[in-house]
Amino acid sequence: MAPVKVFGLARSANVARVLVFLEEVGAEYELVNIDFKVKEHKSPEHLARNPFGQIPAFQDGDLLLFESRAISKYVLRKYKTDDVDLLREGNLKEAAMVDVWTEVDAHTYNPALSPVVYECIIKPMMYGIPTDEKVVAENLEKLRKVLEVYEARLSEHEYLAGDFVSFADLNHFPHTFYFMATPHAALFDSYPHVKAWWERIMARPSIKKIGASMIPSKA
Amino acid sequence: MNYINAHFVANTDSHNSLIKMAPMKLYGWAVSPWMARVLVCLEEAGAEYELVPMSRSGGDHRQPEHLARNPFGEIPVLEDGDLTLYQSRAIARHILRKYKPELLRSDNLQESAMVDVWVDVDAHQLEPIIRPVVFNVIIKPFTGSDCDQDLVDGSIEKLKKTLEVYEARLSSSKYLAGDFVSLADLTHFSFMRYFMATQYAEVVEAYPHVKAWWEALLARPSVKKVMAGMPPDFGFGSGNIP
Repeated sequence: MAPVKVFGLARSANVARVLVFLEEVGAEYELVNIDFKVKEHKSPEHLARNPFGQIPAFQDGDLLLFESRAISKYVLRKYKTDDVDLLREGNLKEAAMVDVWTEVDAHTYNPALSPVVYECIIKPMMYGIPTDEKVVAENLEKLRKVLEVYEARLSEHEYLAGDFVSFADLNHFPHTFYFMATPHAALFDSYPHVKAWWERIMARPSIKKIGASMIPSKA
Repeated sequence: MNYINAHFVANTDSHNSLIKMAPMKLYGWAVSPWMARVLVCLEEAGAEYELVPMSRSGGDHRQPEHLARNPFGEIPVLEDGDLTLYQSRAIARHILRKYKPELLRSDNLQESAMVDVWVDVDAHQLEPIIRPVVFNVIIKPFTGSDCDQDLVDGSIEKLKKTLEVYEARLSSSKYLAGDFVSLADLTHFSFMRYFMATQYAEVVEAYPHVKAWWEALLARPSVKKVMAGMPPDFGFGSGNIP
């Protein structure tokens, strides 16, 4: 079986997302760089993989996929074993809870947290534009309210979907990893169960390996 | 047609024998596009459910009774036995997994991946563009705010580029995930319903395969039924403010 291919840069949060799940299932894969400087992401070859000209894209034989969460679920289903079942699709209730908290990450947690990463790291480092502290303050306020809910949830369960690690928990990794490189990382200290959950995630071998290939830069 | 009906009846009988509980309850206001996303799936699945109406203007979603169901204070919320779910796409997946897994293509690795791709394209590419247009063009006039025309114009330009991708896809595939209808198609309905009620519908209609796909969605009994509860002005014009 040929190794699957992931197209993109390891330091892109959405590419890292896919790589974490490939590592979790122990699949053989090849990471193929896409050179944004020469607009390779808009080349016909890449647009055939991802018609929106974004990363990641994914190839398994004839199958071409894009959208990092869709790719990740394909990987988790294909390589699922009794030991590594992060989607729990064999159990209606567990699968539903995985979906709930995966959606919460995508539509509630991440929209509050990512703007802080953008303002504190991406704007200054990549574009030389100063941080808009008003935007940071607004989003930190939203994030606090979200973390209050997470704190209550993680006081009752070890992980978000229940007492088992899942797709939902690990989806939080890439953007939170970059948040921890902003000056606001200490926000999590106010939410001890959330902080402990984050530390459990960071201790996973897959996370350590992919984290090392992402490049967080202090603002 | 007969095969589909027979399959539906057999499925219902076997599920009824296993699931001897009360009908599911869906909490929220039917005009909400997030709510309607779930309603379409309930109707497609032929599942028994009870719609528990809530008042947005009355702040029902911020009351302790609702926060106990959804600590984020949002709708829709589904109660299915002792399972309480929120986030419209999570609810939709649960309903289909339980009652109509063929709409997720759960039994096929490649097809289920294609369903997931296009569910996410709606969530991350299309909806972020059309939602602000709907908000500015339909809702703001009723709430006394000014339409941000620059934002709308910029959104329409982004929409055209996005629709080129949809047009290319639907030129080679009857539905988004393949030659079979799926959650990928159904999930698009509710926000598009409102967008297509604006003067910008013609932007979508300029793409013939997208137009045909949209019309096929509108022809589905589930969609017709849910649409009946979604007046194009969200109820503001008739005084039925959600």
